[in-house]
Amino acid sequence: MNCKKLVTWTLVVAVFLGTAGAVFAAEDRGFDIAARSDRTDVGFGDSEVELQMVLRNAAGQESTRALRIATLEKPDETVGDKSLVVFDTPRDIEGTALLSHAKILDPDDQWLYLPALKRVKRISSSNKSGPFVGSEFAFEDFTAIELNKFDYTYVGEVPCGDLTCDVLERTPRYENSGYTRQVSWVDQTDFQIRKVEFYDRRGELLKVLELSDFRNYDGIWRAHKLSMSNVQTNKQTDLLYGDYTFNAGLAENDFVKGRLSRLR
Amino acid sequence: MKRFLSVLLVGAFVAALAAAPAHAEDADQWEADISGSVEMQARAFWHDPQWVGQDDQALQGSVVSITEFRWRNEEGNQRASLMPVLRWDATDEERNLADLREAYWALEGDSYELLVGANTVFWGVTESVHLVDIINQTDFAGDIDGEDKLGQPMISLALQRDWGEISAFVMPYFRERTFAGVEGRFRPPVPVDTDNALYESSDDENHVDLALRYSHYMGDIDIGVSAFSGTSREPRFVPAADGQSLLPVYDQIDQVGVDLQYTREAWLWKLEAIVRDGVSQSFAAAVGGFEYTMYQLGNSSSDVGLLLEYQYDGRDEFEPVTISDNDVFVGTRLALNDIQDTAVLAGFSYDTDTGETFVNIEAERRFGEDWFGELRVRAFSGAEQGESTYWLQKDDYVQVSVSRYF
Repeated sequence: MNCKKLVTWTLVVAVFLGTAGAVFAAEDRGFDIAARSDRTDVGFGDSEVELQMVLRNAAGQESTRALRIATLEKPDETVGDKSLVVFDTPRDIEGTALLSHAKILDPDDQWLYLPALKRVKRISSSNKSGPFVGSEFAFEDFTAIELNKFDYTYVGEVPCGDLTCDVLERTPRYENSGYTRQVSWVDQTDFQIRKVEFYDRRGELLKVLELSDFRNYDGIWRAHKLSMSNVQTNKQTDLLYGDYTFNAGLAENDFVKGRLSRLR
Repeated sequence: MKRFLSVLLVGAFVAALAAAPAHAEDADQWEADISGSVEMQARAFWHDPQWVGQDDQALQGSVVSITEFRWRNEEGNQRASLMPVLRWDATDEERNLADLREAYWALEGDSYELLVGANTVFWGVTESVHLVDIINQTDFAGDIDGEDKLGQPMISLALQRDWGEISAFVMPYFRERTFAGVEGRFRPPVPVDTDNALYESSDDENHVDLALRYSHYMGDIDIGVSAFSGTSREPRFVPAADGQSLLPVYDQIDQVGVDLQYTREAWLWKLEAIVRDGVSQSFAAAVGGFEYTMYQLGNSSSDVGLLLEYQYDGRDEFEPVTISDNDVFVGTRLALNDIQDTAVLAGFSYDTDTGETFVNIEAERRFGEDWFGELRVRAFSGAEQGESTYWLQKDDYVQVSVSRYF
């Protein structure tokens, strides 16, 4: 082997290893930032919150829904949280409730309660990408965002408002997602997600989620305004949260299907 | 029955009045809520009536009002509900209704609930027929689909454990099924005389019925097992002495049931089965099938579901008549997932023994925030004299209803 070839091969191998190393480093760094963000939330225990969902079509017409969400934290990152969403308005669906036991990679267990028939129905959770009650939020945007549902890559850092944000690309690891990838902005001060871009199955930008009105509850941050804009249809959905109640004393038995008929 | 209802109503209103001032003084102490709806319903029949005495107006109207009073105490462990349902029908006075679908007080613990009063309870998983569901009587005059129910007086205790929920029901009073009167549609050649019901039990409607249910899920499987002993919710009929009406007969039965659903990807596999010790013998009945949903069809936000169920019923001619004895049901469910929650359900049932068919189309959507509209089309065909839907053959109809929620 002459000298020239050896140099060439060395270079090739070096470039390959370097690139691979950079990729792994970007993945590690991406995961670390996502994990640091996720873990600012650890220990919230349980929470209850009331919110308004404001749906706006391209012509600017508005429709509002009032709902309540109760969440029970599962501290183990390999198990998903449990949540219960109950609708107060529109009046014709008052009392309609969705109970979810989130999983990380397996499909969530979900039950829907239909108050007119007092019927509890186990529903398929493979409808990840479908609209949640006619809004711009898909089921997968609305159920608990779990750290290990995604793979992460570090992209870079950019200014975001008064803060500096790390930009991460995350790709869903679970099946039936409507997205090929998401790009999220995580601030470097409080480690909160400030913005997410969602790319559809064709790889085109579909929606932009902006999170604002952050408030701190004894160390736990919560955004109180979530605006999801569909850039392809110009429809928008805002979630306007009231004050959170933490440690409301919720337990496993508050998140069983038998509870659904006793919510009102 | 009327006396029972009045006592409950008066009691509940006295309680509500007694409660009201306290609530006004300190709004933080408890939660109370009033809501409800008023529905205007118009039915158009396109055949002349089949039986003597039925009103021959093609267009028939009614008004239904449902009001819900709900209360919860400060600690959140007690709640009460009062839900009067009133219906006035312009054609058939037997279709008028004053019912308490709910009128109960409940005490909740971490792992139990004790409920005293009238309530509605649903059991089961299938769509085309509800075999396992037995606690509540059907308001058949309200709707022939069997999904309108009457409040059932009960004392019930539910216990939640890691391995599932056990509920026990003691039901001290029986509710008779409602039927159309002489002027109404959806009736046999002679009307059902609901004032002279017959009972196998000497306690008549005061027989104490008992029920027990276990319900849980394991991974993708939801399971329910139930047992009932008491007065059959389904009557059989005997002709009155004068031949001008049919008398409903409510027998004592024992029934065990099981309902199963296996949920996998976009498939829901469903089974309900019962064994009943009925009037003359024991028999089994079952309904099973699937619901498969194609989500966001053609890149739209609409979902289209396909339903297929097969109904079997092994009862003999001495038992109450069923139309779901050897039938295939196919259906489709369209949900637009729009702001108005527009949805359409279309179903077709075919009796493989007799060739009788039943078409059912239901479409609904919201208008604005508080209005709700519903369209129903139902049509029967293929029945010959003596077959189970022959008496409905001229009762095809379209129903438009508009509800205002408050």
